[in-house]
Amino acid sequence: MTSPRLPPHAVRRRVLLGSLALTAVSMLTFRWPVRASAAQANTVQIENFKFSPAALTVKAGTRVTWTNRDDEPHTVTSSSTPRAFASGALDTGRSFAFTFDTPGTYPYFCALHPHMTGVVVVK
Amino acid sequence: MIRNERHGDNAGKDDEAASPSMSRRRAMACLAWAGAGILWTLDGGVPQGVPLGGASAQAAPSITGNALSFVQISDSHIGFNKTPNPDPAATLQSAIERIRGAARRPAFMLHTGDVSHLSRAEEFDTAQQIVNGAGLETRYVPGEHDVIGDDGRAFFSRFAADTRGRGWYSFDQQGVHFVALVNVLNLKAGGMGYLGDTQLAWLADDLSARSHSTPLVVFTHMPLWPVYPAWGWGTDDGDRALALLRPFGSVTVLNGHVHQVLQKVEGNVRLHTAMSTAFPQAAPGNGSGPGPWKVEASQLRQTLGIRRVEFASLDGTPRLDDATLVS
Repeated sequence: MTSPRLPPHAVRRRVLLGSLALTAVSMLTFRWPVRASAAQANTVQIENFKFSPAALTVKAGTRVTWTNRDDEPHTVTSSSTPRAFASGALDTGRSFAFTFDTPGTYPYFCALHPHMTGVVVVK
Repeated sequence: MIRNERHGDNAGKDDEAASPSMSRRRAMACLAWAGAGILWTLDGGVPQGVPLGGASAQAAPSITGNALSFVQISDSHIGFNKTPNPDPAATLQSAIERIRGAARRPAFMLHTGDVSHLSRAEEFDTAQQIVNGAGLETRYVPGEHDVIGDDGRAFFSRFAADTRGRGWYSFDQQGVHFVALVNVLNLKAGGMGYLGDTQLAWLADDLSARSHSTPLVVFTHMPLWPVYPAWGWGTDDGDRALALLRPFGSVTVLNGHVHQVLQKVEGNVRLHTAMSTAFPQAAPGNGSGPGPWKVEASQLRQTLGIRRVEFASLDGTPRLDDATLVS
């Protein structure tokens, strides 16, 4: 998935241009993770009492979706006061989405199992 | 030191095989309870030795008089519907039938939280109807599943209506002081359970009016001590509560949340987690995380259970009997 402001080919072109400064070997190791994460940049899985990925960086305007894959309910609850977002209880298989319009750092946790934490960084 | 005890038909057999002295100790304990020795009872907070003279265990109620006996159930999770228990209402019903059918009737019952799975009104309704079938006064504290989305307002209005919406309270029964604590609200990111300054100030005030010789029973949902912080099993400010409890000569802390029997003893403070009536969870660190432990259907009831607590000892420390739904 990509930002609405940049079509897929533009993202790929930018990655390639940035890689020109690197050596051939480091370019390979650098490019693959970028392409893999670009495909899943706006989704977070909740599984085994963990947010995965726990840290997510997106562009402003991105809609991020969390899906609960556990047999226990979880929440996606902003850690800030007042809360920037709060999903309420997500039963198994349920999703919650929030669009991050403003750059910043958005830590969050599960209000049922607060040891579960994550963060969305919006550029 | 945490001791994991799974009570059931095999409880104690390993000890007996390993140690003759342990076997003698168990035999002595059994004698006292079978009616061939002296039964120490706590009557109005005062321990009394009662010669049993060969009376049968069934005759104990008339002998012990006001000895205090109560029951703890926990984590009924009404609304959960997956493996390993698609029908936790049925297993709660089984637990209640065991309590109702016991030879000795307990004075009352404690429910240590996660009455519901998703805080839904129909889940609370079902649980309340089944629990009331025991015919016992029941005191509740909420689990985190009971306070989803509304900071516990629906739970407190139904199960702790006289606490002005805060959920914590205390009461006295036959010389024992009972304290209900709420550690599932205002949870902090990265933390565990949480009591908060206001509740701790209330606890300090509540205890200040008690003699240190008064036996205390504290009941709450999440363990007050850090059972396994990596899974969130503990209370961030539990130490502050324990500091207030330590001066007392007999302190018993009962909680749920971890769905298994674990115990820790610190001086006069004994902390005991209880089994669920809905589903088991793995031993701390055994597996990828907390959550329902998927046992075979035929094994399920061996992992669920109830706890009976009897104040019948010289030093005011209760005897706990954790029984599974098949034992």
